[in-house]
Amino acid sequence: MISKERKRWIYETMNRIRYFELKVQSLFEQDKLRGSVHLYVGEEAVAATLCSLLRDEDYITSTHRGHGHCIAKGARMDKAMAELMGKATGYCKGRSGSMHIADFTKGNLGANAIVGGGIPIATGAALAAKLRGTDQVAVSFFGDGASNQGTFHESLNLAGVWKLPVIYVCENNGFGISVPTWQSTSVGDISVRGTGYNIPGFTVDGNDVYAIYEVAEQAIIRAKAGEGPTLIECKTYRHLGHWTGDPQPYRTREEVEKWKQENDPIRRMRERMLQEGDFTPEELDEIERAAIQEADDAAEFALNSPEPDPATLMEDVFYEGVQ
Amino acid sequence: MSIKTYATAIRDVIAEEMRRDERVFIMGEDIETLGGVFGCTRDLYKEFGTERVRNTPISEAGIVGAGVGAACAGMRPIVELMYMDFTFVAMDQLLNQAAKTRYVFGGKARIPLVIRGQQGIGRGNAATHSQSVETIFMHIPGLKVACPSTGADAAGLLRAAIRDDNPVIFFEHKALYPLKFEVPDDPDFIIPFGRADVKREGKDVTIVANLLYVSRALQAAAELEKEGISAEVIDPRTLVPLDIETIVNSVKKTGRLVVVHEAHRTAGWGAEIAAEITERVFPYLDAAPIRLGAKACPLPFNLGLENAATPQVEDIIKASKATLYK
Repeated sequence: MISKERKRWIYETMNRIRYFELKVQSLFEQDKLRGSVHLYVGEEAVAATLCSLLRDEDYITSTHRGHGHCIAKGARMDKAMAELMGKATGYCKGRSGSMHIADFTKGNLGANAIVGGGIPIATGAALAAKLRGTDQVAVSFFGDGASNQGTFHESLNLAGVWKLPVIYVCENNGFGISVPTWQSTSVGDISVRGTGYNIPGFTVDGNDVYAIYEVAEQAIIRAKAGEGPTLIECKTYRHLGHWTGDPQPYRTREEVEKWKQENDPIRRMRERMLQEGDFTPEELDEIERAAIQEADDAAEFALNSPEPDPATLMEDVFYEGVQ
Repeated sequence: MSIKTYATAIRDVIAEEMRRDERVFIMGEDIETLGGVFGCTRDLYKEFGTERVRNTPISEAGIVGAGVGAACAGMRPIVELMYMDFTFVAMDQLLNQAAKTRYVFGGKARIPLVIRGQQGIGRGNAATHSQSVETIFMHIPGLKVACPSTGADAAGLLRAAIRDDNPVIFFEHKALYPLKFEVPDDPDFIIPFGRADVKREGKDVTIVANLLYVSRALQAAAELEKEGISAEVIDPRTLVPLDIETIVNSVKKTGRLVVVHEAHRTAGWGAEIAAEITERVFPYLDAAPIRLGAKACPLPFNLGLENAATPQVEDIIKASKATLYK
């Protein structure tokens, strides 16, 4: 059972991600934001549901498609938007852009522009938790493409051997850029790869908050009980191209429209919440309106923020202080 | 002072630092009951247990990445790689992750990570087990690079590395492990990074060398002395940060520079030093700087071929004389 408060948080978070992303897309099209931008629209249920189960002291690692994870793990939209514009007020002083945002104070060990790059890092964070004897858990988000990287296999093996409190969350959106998963990946369900490492693997409907919640909750219980890692594959779909500007010759407009119309995770969550009767349509509309307003305000903040001072260029290459 | 092998000096520092700070732990291939193939972790598991002295799978990208993650999460991991040639298997985690994390995250991360292990010639281990790869890590901003040539330097630099809040790639040399050195007993003995050591003073030519080649440069200097040529031998000890000033001051005095290393001569770190010196103190130079390094071939198995691929003491003598037009 998902509590009412948690449902509200998940729904809010999904909306915050959705409207943040749509705002990013609009700013990109107006040439007010540049670089490689990979939007998460359509996949919001995964980040929002998983992160609803995490505390600030729990860790995540994220991907090149990381805005959703970042917001779900507690990032402010305005500082995130400023970072996407490379502004001094951004989370990383304008050095990270879209693909390397991190906020260590919220346990976000960073987006990662290398496919599969964050998986061993989350594994190491889980090792730290185990060595310290805390009940922290680490969640590594990655795509279906990353499950073909060596780091995925090495990390699952390591975490399997060491029984680390880590949850590997594969967001299978059906494509690695343009290549359909069936063409790049030898298994139909990536979750079966857990078997090779003696790790329980689950494939769930990644657009269904309730389905994700059920396995995620169990995975966290397992992790905290010292029983080791879990692999969760969330089958989902990205509504937009791989990057902003992707001409998408690899799929049809009809396919995309079908997913949008019939399987939008936010719409599904809304319908379920209304069905269950603990929220009114007005309450949910208000949550949506607030998310739109927050995204608008974030854009304003970012647009009005200063550029980083080139004099700061050489700062932070190394930590200069003493332990 | 105690007399210790280079390997024991390293082992003792790891033990002392693990006693001093419970966040320090070590993981690597065969480091537990075997004590590492070169003995640098012998018996540590008996005192610290197998949680803090962890055998890993042979899985370099996985364990180096786990080191990065554990460091991000507040631990102070030491990752032992059996051969530093194997860093190539973990390059993304070293060059893209460990090196860049602090900077791209706007200075919020600290990565107190030591990646250590041995490299180099001397045992005829052939192409993928005999390389000297320190130059590659010097090229990527965000990593510190240490190369100790004596037991005392190994102890002082390793202690500095473990206490440093930055990723350090720590290159030991397989041929130095069994050699005995005087090593200070002080459990806080530290050699700060970025301070070159003048191993021998001289006035006619400056020879810069690291790792195994420090002793070879000193042998060459002793031979040169017999012919009335006074060579100054400098070990930079850390390539990042690099103490160029000590070398600059030496060349101002001698007017001549020979850089010798085991890393490949082509685009090796000696080229960087030669270029820096040429830019900074060209008017002081009486001859063009000379670089000696391994030839541009993979290191062969046969020891005679290995010797032919790498600079010998005679080569250092010859190069030093050449700068004196002798």
